[in-house]
Amino acid sequence: MPVVSWLKHRLVVIAGLLTLGYLLLPNVIVTVFSFNRPTGRFNYQWQHFSTAAWQDPCGVAGLCGSLSVSLQIAVWATLGATVLGTMIAFALVRYRFRARGAVNSLIFLPMAMPEVVMGASLLTLFLNLGAQLGFWTILIAHIMFCLSFVVTAVKARVMSMDPRLEEAARDLYAGPVQTFVRVTLPIAAPGIAAGALLSFALSFDDFIITNFNAGSTVTFPMFVWGSAQRGTPVQINVIGTAMFLVAVVFVLVSMLITGRRGRRRA
Amino acid sequence: MKTTTTATGGDVRLTGIGKTYGAFTAVHPLDLTVPQGSFFALLGASGCGKTTTLRMIAGLEEPTGGTVHLGDRDVTRLPPYKRPVNTVFQSYALFPHLDIFENVAFGLRRRGVKSVKKQVGEMLDLVQLGEQARKKPHQLSGGQQQRVAVARALINHPQVLLLDEPLGALDLKLRRQMQLELKRIQTEVGITFVHVTHDQEEAMTMADTVAVMNAGRVEQLGAPTELYENPRTTFVANFLGTSNMVEAEIDTVAGDDVVLRAGGGKLVLPAGRCSAPVVPGGKVLVGIRPEKIALAHADDAGTVPDGRNRLTGRIADASFIGVSTQYVIDSPVCDQLAVYVQNVERDGRLVPGAEVVLHWSPAHTFGLDAAQAIDAGTDTGEEAA
Repeated sequence: MPVVSWLKHRLVVIAGLLTLGYLLLPNVIVTVFSFNRPTGRFNYQWQHFSTAAWQDPCGVAGLCGSLSVSLQIAVWATLGATVLGTMIAFALVRYRFRARGAVNSLIFLPMAMPEVVMGASLLTLFLNLGAQLGFWTILIAHIMFCLSFVVTAVKARVMSMDPRLEEAARDLYAGPVQTFVRVTLPIAAPGIAAGALLSFALSFDDFIITNFNAGSTVTFPMFVWGSAQRGTPVQINVIGTAMFLVAVVFVLVSMLITGRRGRRRA
Repeated sequence: MKTTTTATGGDVRLTGIGKTYGAFTAVHPLDLTVPQGSFFALLGASGCGKTTTLRMIAGLEEPTGGTVHLGDRDVTRLPPYKRPVNTVFQSYALFPHLDIFENVAFGLRRRGVKSVKKQVGEMLDLVQLGEQARKKPHQLSGGQQQRVAVARALINHPQVLLLDEPLGALDLKLRRQMQLELKRIQTEVGITFVHVTHDQEEAMTMADTVAVMNAGRVEQLGAPTELYENPRTTFVANFLGTSNMVEAEIDTVAGDDVVLRAGGGKLVLPAGRCSAPVVPGGKVLVGIRPEKIALAHADDAGTVPDGRNRLTGRIADASFIGVSTQYVIDSPVCDQLAVYVQNVERDGRLVPGAEVVLHWSPAHTFGLDAAQAIDAGTDTGEEAA
């Protein structure tokens, strides 16, 4: 009986831990296998512990090149989508114009559309325009599908913003630019940051749309997919683990900052 | 931008200022002068145009016509950030991303004041929030937030401080406390306050001058006692406190007194207190406040002194509320007359059903034009704006 009651009291904790395990297990496997020294071309079976791949992450031809392409595209796509999306979100919330309702719903289309369809139709578009497939076509495609996410995130934030705040700023001697920089932007910032983070993640790991519109350019997800046909170098796991660690560090730092701010408040 | 503009200013003068939105007229062209250093209240129900008027002074709303002057300066076309005027908003509109100190320092910093620390500290002490400087607005109570909003506006030493229903969100007890507090601050700093409210009690306790607004027009303007004792429209009579109104006809005019016929009896009204045209045979609404009326039991009718206005009636309802008793009396000339009697010496015979004589001094009577709705402004008093 004590076992049952012990379980009863900790049911939520146990369920939570199991879910967390379910979520993290793949990451653990990726990390563990980044220290493997596989015997064949495929890194699917544990053989020997080795740090060889960690010492030479760019040791596989094309890997670091593709990583650099992916990072560049992600940065530019994030920048483009965030700036455009923020402006669209403000326009949709603040102004009444013709076809506002239509724009409001059309902006969601890229989120609902199957990626394969979007990739294929974008390719049709680029081919008909005679565009050279590569870095720029990928960037255009990424900005396009990231936009909706930024608009959604920023719009929610701007909508819940009290218009009196900007009036108060203007009343307190802030001109239009000052009002935007000192009040509007800081208050909308969490929405903009969320949109930007989402854009970066979406752009960085997009495979389907990119694959259609890349031409001869190879992004990191394309490289992984390509090498999975012929053999998986351990370095892929190294890059994967490194990305995971970077994300964890980001989260920890932001928690530390908000935690300190919270303590100072109290 | 001049940094200190205190006391150099002068009156706030609105000339023919009006605002229309398409076909809807929010504010009919009105003239209003707020003397420097006064506590001025714009009182009215929601949608009467009082907030729009305030926002036109702030520059947050552009008038359709007319001019706004601060002293001799025409500020009609100046954007809000160039006007020496600050606002305390109804929702306080504190910047959520800044702490209390930075909220209060905002105006100073925008005007390029370098060392704000001392000023902000003093201002926070004035509103008793020195300890809370590093908290964020959401960590403060409603009353504290309200004081931050006042401090944030006052620190700029505006020529005029505009208050848009600043106490609306507070509970009754806190509101009374803040009314006194605001009045104290106004006396201390000597800045002109223009206060918008729908609470007639608040307007009367705080303001030197009250402008009662209705449907985009100023109905009447004056000191609180003047408005209460001598309303000139039925709206003012009903919106400020309670009034009894009896329809009557002008009989004769004798010197300064107007003699009226109401039912079978006669009532006397000082000519100076009648806002309707005094023409024999003309219709007038005779107004009297419930607390000015005395009650005598019908058996004692003979003891009522001569020269007082009197009506007869029967008590329909009596509610004892401690300090006074509120009677509702049906009279042949008018149903549902309200009478408030102080509980000094209670007459046990004054119970529902009893026949009574109502009597009051003619000096407390006021006369209104009978052409207007008798119940204007009765139901709007407690609405939120």
